[in-house]
Amino acid sequence: MDPQRKRTVRLVVALSVAVLLAVALVYTSFSASTEAKEPSELANATPGATYEMTGRVVKGSVDRQGEGLRFVVADRDGGGERIPVTYDGVVPDPFRGGREIVLTGAVEDGVFVGERDTLVTKCPSKFTAENAS
Amino acid sequence: MPASLGSVALGLAFLTSAFAAVAALSATRGPQADRFRLISRRAVYAVCALLSFCVVVLEIAFAGDDFSFHVVQQHSSIETPTFYKLAAMWSSQEGSLLLWAWVLSIVASLSLYATRDKLRDLVPYATAVMAAIATFFTGLMLFAGGVNPFATVDPVPANGVGLNPLLQHPSMMIHPPMLYSGYVAFTVPFAFAIGALVARRVDADWIRATRRFALIAWALLGFGLLLGARWSYTELGWGGYWAWDPVENAALMPWLIGTAFLHSIMVQEKRGMLKVWNACLIVATFSLALLGTFLVRSGVLQSIHAFGDSTVGPYILGLIAVVLIGSTALILARLDDLRSEKRIDSLISREAVFLVNNLLLVGLTAIIFWGTFFPLISELFTGDKASLAAPWFDRYTTPLAILLVLFTGIGPLLAWRRVSWASAKKVFLVPTLVAVGTALALVLLTDAGGSLWALALFVFAAFALTGLAQEFWRGAAARRRLSGGSLPGAMGAMVSRNRRRYGGYIVHAGIAVLLVGIAASSSFQTNRDVELRPGESTEVDGRKVTYVKPTVSVDDRAFTFGSVLRVEQGGETFILRPSRRFFKPTGVETGTIASFFDGEATSEVGLEAGPWNDFWVSIAPDVSAVQRQLGAADRGFRDCIRGVPGAPPQCASLAAMMRAAQVDPSRQADALATISGLQEATAARIAAGYVRDVLPATFRVIVDPLVTWIWIGGLIALSGALIALWPARRARRGVGVGVGSGLDAQKEAKYREIRDAELDHAAGKLSDEDFAILDAELRSEAVEILDREQV
Repeated sequence: MDPQRKRTVRLVVALSVAVLLAVALVYTSFSASTEAKEPSELANATPGATYEMTGRVVKGSVDRQGEGLRFVVADRDGGGERIPVTYDGVVPDPFRGGREIVLTGAVEDGVFVGERDTLVTKCPSKFTAENAS
Repeated sequence: MPASLGSVALGLAFLTSAFAAVAALSATRGPQADRFRLISRRAVYAVCALLSFCVVVLEIAFAGDDFSFHVVQQHSSIETPTFYKLAAMWSSQEGSLLLWAWVLSIVASLSLYATRDKLRDLVPYATAVMAAIATFFTGLMLFAGGVNPFATVDPVPANGVGLNPLLQHPSMMIHPPMLYSGYVAFTVPFAFAIGALVARRVDADWIRATRRFALIAWALLGFGLLLGARWSYTELGWGGYWAWDPVENAALMPWLIGTAFLHSIMVQEKRGMLKVWNACLIVATFSLALLGTFLVRSGVLQSIHAFGDSTVGPYILGLIAVVLIGSTALILARLDDLRSEKRIDSLISREAVFLVNNLLLVGLTAIIFWGTFFPLISELFTGDKASLAAPWFDRYTTPLAILLVLFTGIGPLLAWRRVSWASAKKVFLVPTLVAVGTALALVLLTDAGGSLWALALFVFAAFALTGLAQEFWRGAAARRRLSGGSLPGAMGAMVSRNRRRYGGYIVHAGIAVLLVGIAASSSFQTNRDVELRPGESTEVDGRKVTYVKPTVSVDDRAFTFGSVLRVEQGGETFILRPSRRFFKPTGVETGTIASFFDGEATSEVGLEAGPWNDFWVSIAPDVSAVQRQLGAADRGFRDCIRGVPGAPPQCASLAAMMRAAQVDPSRQADALATISGLQEATAARIAAGYVRDVLPATFRVIVDPLVTWIWIGGLIALSGALIALWPARRARRGVGVGVGSGLDAQKEAKYREIRDAELDHAAGKLSDEDFAILDAELRSEAVEILDREQV
């Protein structure tokens, strides 16, 4: 085979492999991802489906019971329908009423049940925008 | 007044940057070119001086609690420890923008000083690019609104909001500036690449002039990442040392592409190949660095680091768009100039391995990019924001990381251009045997077989480390044969004469060690929550853990609930004291004791680090009883002061005092002091109850194998980078200045190639026949250069 042809073949093979890998990546990412929802959008959530909830912890709603934690989450702008939450596992230091959180879990009987150790609390670095809210 | 001085300096820095850009463009042609080149360079120095002044003014304001500065008022307070007052600058958006611009002005000045007599056609464009970026960032602070570090507050508040206690960690002093400096330093190779493209000077000169800056940027960014990982590891709920958090990813991506760049520029330097690729890589690295700056500020993606929406996001996004579109157009316009001078001779050669390593690194970055931005991508296609969690990232990055380790071992074993199969077999023999031995030992003697991925990584790391050790050994032995002396002496001389090569090898060894630590700790971690009362014990991973006793302390800033844990493992016993502190909110006077629980809380984890295992424990104390009692005490005080009937008798005097204070404001301070004294006493009494009542606490216990090696590996890699950066002896004497250009530099580079080949031959990496061919090639190339010089 002349070198020019050999290079073309090599390029085509390499590109096809890259395309295949990219397709696999795209495909799995759509099936492996969890939908992000705010509490007000969880009202008509599919029971049993896993969601990633983002929202703001309602001040004064945090109740610690043994290892478990119960609290209420509202939309990030503070409005909309609220949802009660139960959660077990590591509670990040910045967690408290009024903070923005991200939690993975499912809705059971109107209660959002968080998966163990999935609670993320935003680092409350004091940027101006947060102070304004 | 200092604020207006700062404002003026910042305004001048903006104008001077803009002037430097214009002057630099005037220096590209015309009879006055030389003069304008000097002027533009000096203008950049002036920007550096002005921005340094700005930083000093701001830091003095932070150190001196000048709350007339809005940024000081928002991010510091009288109570903030002095050490953290200085770090508070970059906890603010304004301060970090200033830091960006300042570091840029420093690296720009250094790079222009280093190339002051060189690359006359290319430097003006590079100056213009750097000055334009400096203009952008100083302009952003002045005109974007809400991000001027010298904005003032009137009337001046008595105290500031304070720096979040979570950020009061020694890492805060260095982690953000390191990352920032890393991001920013990539501007230099980017600017010179653009200059080279515009001036059609696409040989390796711009690479030689900026290689050191790329390496500095890479090392700083890597060190920043390592510090961040370490910090996150010792905090509760930050997901351990790595969580695939968008902002972490944003810092990792330019580092990975920067790694690819550092390798592929060597191919251009030595072989004149991969020119388009290198240009694309540095554009990508710089864009990703800007993207990192943008992601931290924008709040576009959900992240632990997301600091709320900010005003500068869209502007930075605009800059990224300009950089990407402009650079792509430029590269396309110069495609003809960028053609490779040569082709890869053989697949068994160092440049072929570099190509593979580049593809792996770019692939890795593409995966991380896709995963990081998936929420936006999915919103675009499905209308729903959906995100990808750590397992997805792990699944795709693990195999690539394992291959990378393998190639960190293969690369150093191969010589440039071509290696015959016979000499390849010779150098691969020992590392392969050690790898196989490691595999057998791990499977038979440990339970590492439980994770095939981890096992593969350990085996490849063993291969890489043996290969690297063999390189040092053979190189030193060859040197000793030539010039005698002791083996360590020969090794020292060898490393100091070939800093780039052996520094690079040390980096490889460090990365292999680091990845072993990551693989072991992520695959074989024990992670448990246990609830214990004082005096109780439990067993975790073969260790007896006893909750000896609770501790508590109260001061005017925080309630601290601690514990004393005794851990017995084998014959060894150690004590850990994890605790949790609840801070009073700063900057607001609530007047209640229970408000301690409204402020920030921080965990001090107990950590016993060892070469084999880290024992990590954090505590979640049950503070509900304390909280209840504090609430009751607060109500008691309120009733007391109001004079509610049935209040205890001693309330009468307190109530009288408060009434008097209402009538006579001069007595208010006394009354408040009395009350807060009483409150403190009450708080201390209630706190004491926490120790008395045998309350349960929940402990998170993690036994993590080989974590320590992540930090050790990182430091090994860093020291390797420092060795590679250290100027060669001749340069330090001022003969070469380390930054060459034109024929001199080409000659220099060719001589180095010949020496490399000789070293490879002496170390047995090249067979006699291979070496004969290569040496003849190199010598004829050298003669060609010398001929050109004669003309």
